[in-house]
Amino acid sequence: MWNIVVIALNTFRENLRDKILYNLLLFAIFLIGGSVVLGKLSIMEHDKIMTDAGLAAINMVGVVIAIFVGIGLVSKEIERRTIYTIIARPIRRFDFLFGKYLGLMTTLAVNIAIMLLVYLAVLWFNHIPLHASLLQAVQLMFVEMLIVTATALCFSTFSTPSLSAMFTVGLYVVGHLISDLRGIAEKIDNDVIKTVVTALYYICPNLEMLNIKGQAAAGVSVMLSYQAIATAYGLFYSGFLLAIACLVFERRDF
Amino acid sequence: MKVISIEGLIKTYQSGWPGSPTVTALAGLSLSVEAGEIYGFLGPNGAGKTTTLKILLGLMRANGGTAVVLGNPAGDVKTHSRIGFLPESPYFYDYLTAEEFLGFYGRLAGLSHAILPQRITGMLQIVGLTDARTRQLRKFSKGMLQRIGLAQALIHDPELVILDEPMSGLDPIGRKQVRDLILSLRERGKTVFFSSHILPDVEMICDRVGIIGKGQLLAEGTIDELVHRDHTDSVEVVCEGLDGESIAGIRPIAGRLIQRGRQCLIILPNPDSVAKVLAEVAKHQGRLISVTPQKRSLEELFFEPAEIPCETRVPLCGT
Repeated sequence: MWNIVVIALNTFRENLRDKILYNLLLFAIFLIGGSVVLGKLSIMEHDKIMTDAGLAAINMVGVVIAIFVGIGLVSKEIERRTIYTIIARPIRRFDFLFGKYLGLMTTLAVNIAIMLLVYLAVLWFNHIPLHASLLQAVQLMFVEMLIVTATALCFSTFSTPSLSAMFTVGLYVVGHLISDLRGIAEKIDNDVIKTVVTALYYICPNLEMLNIKGQAAAGVSVMLSYQAIATAYGLFYSGFLLAIACLVFERRDF
Repeated sequence: MKVISIEGLIKTYQSGWPGSPTVTALAGLSLSVEAGEIYGFLGPNGAGKTTTLKILLGLMRANGGTAVVLGNPAGDVKTHSRIGFLPESPYFYDYLTAEEFLGFYGRLAGLSHAILPQRITGMLQIVGLTDARTRQLRKFSKGMLQRIGLAQALIHDPELVILDEPMSGLDPIGRKQVRDLILSLRERGKTVFFSSHILPDVEMICDRVGIIGKGQLLAEGTIDELVHRDHTDSVEVVCEGLDGESIAGIRPIAGRLIQRGRQCLIILPNPDSVAKVLAEVAKHQGRLISVTPQKRSLEELFFEPAEIPCETRVPLCGT
């Protein structure tokens, strides 16, 4: 357990000293500020558009960090051979992997917290009512990032960084179209394709379940039980992906 | 007591996609390292040195054979707290300062908060980086990186230190510092197992040497055993003031005769002919400058064809 904390803190420190993250954070703050302009320019529902655009900005930047930092978590260590001196220490490979994951999630949590504060301040200055639903939406966004980061990490244990990025982006897109997949599968006549699409429906994460930005922008909260189930689903799916990552990583030669 | 014991170690790689030909990195390697000795592991590029070290550290799994480190199977995580490792051309977390870097590795090795600060200060002193303790590693020179790498390998005071090419890329001063550090480890009863290409350094500090080629041990023994065995020493005689007639008298005895101005270098393949040459020099009133017996160097042994199996080449192998 102690080793996981040591690795996580070091990963967090690595991320803090990476200038790219600051650029992304500034970009997000710029986008949140831009949502004010977007709201003013719109003919109606100014508040809803501002609220929605701000949430989308937080989500987008969070996912970009999750994917592009996530794929480098392990692959960079292997490529630069820093992993040699780590694995040669009294540390299990699982501890290393989970520590890296936890370190990035801590970074994401801090980033999201900063973006959320800026976002709420922007809304407040523009006299837009603040709802608890906004916090619910951001919390489920974070759960989505847990899954996306675990996906990136899982792919990066056996694939190149570029392929890992492609697979993760692909899974992210499919994850948001998951409800359409079932409808598509029902309309397909070819049995093979139907089976593949149905399998994708069951295998891919249902990220749309974690997307309540629309309701939140309208000031509608989801029930706490829904939030709890969606969170549990996200944690379970991330755990599943991390378990696969560990199995692959455990057998890997460096 | 054996600190490292390797028996018939085999490692093969798939050269590409599944089904593609396999490459044999280790083909039944056997060797052992005794407690408290400095063991030099030599071999050309691609001989299997780094693969062996990786298997010993659990970075790689062997396809066959056994490797035991400090009494436990190689790769056993618990044993790692007793091992220090420095990889070849190390790249470390360059955003960390020297202090943070050693703190990170010290914590991973299980050092407590109480002793870690003093261990860090001590290690920085030993490797001569006290002044650079708050500098980020990205601002370190290659030599400084090698030294901080050694410090991380030693921060937890391990019993066994495994070093992969610790002198590569270092200037003569850096090499001397690393050599001195390795020798000081032996004085403290530590075992050092290191691979190297820099043969004079190996000759200078190693108690025993193993030479690997094509994944097999070709020779193993002390430096003296390896460089003297089955070898006829040559002798170099330098003299001056010899004329053409006297040189003609010496030439049939000498293996090679080289004239450099007034001086004459005579290389004798057989030490027994030294007396005859000296007699010739005296007869023709030449002046003797030096007589130097030439020993077979480790470098010569290293460059001998690697194809010859261990048993026929150096009978010491495996003893």
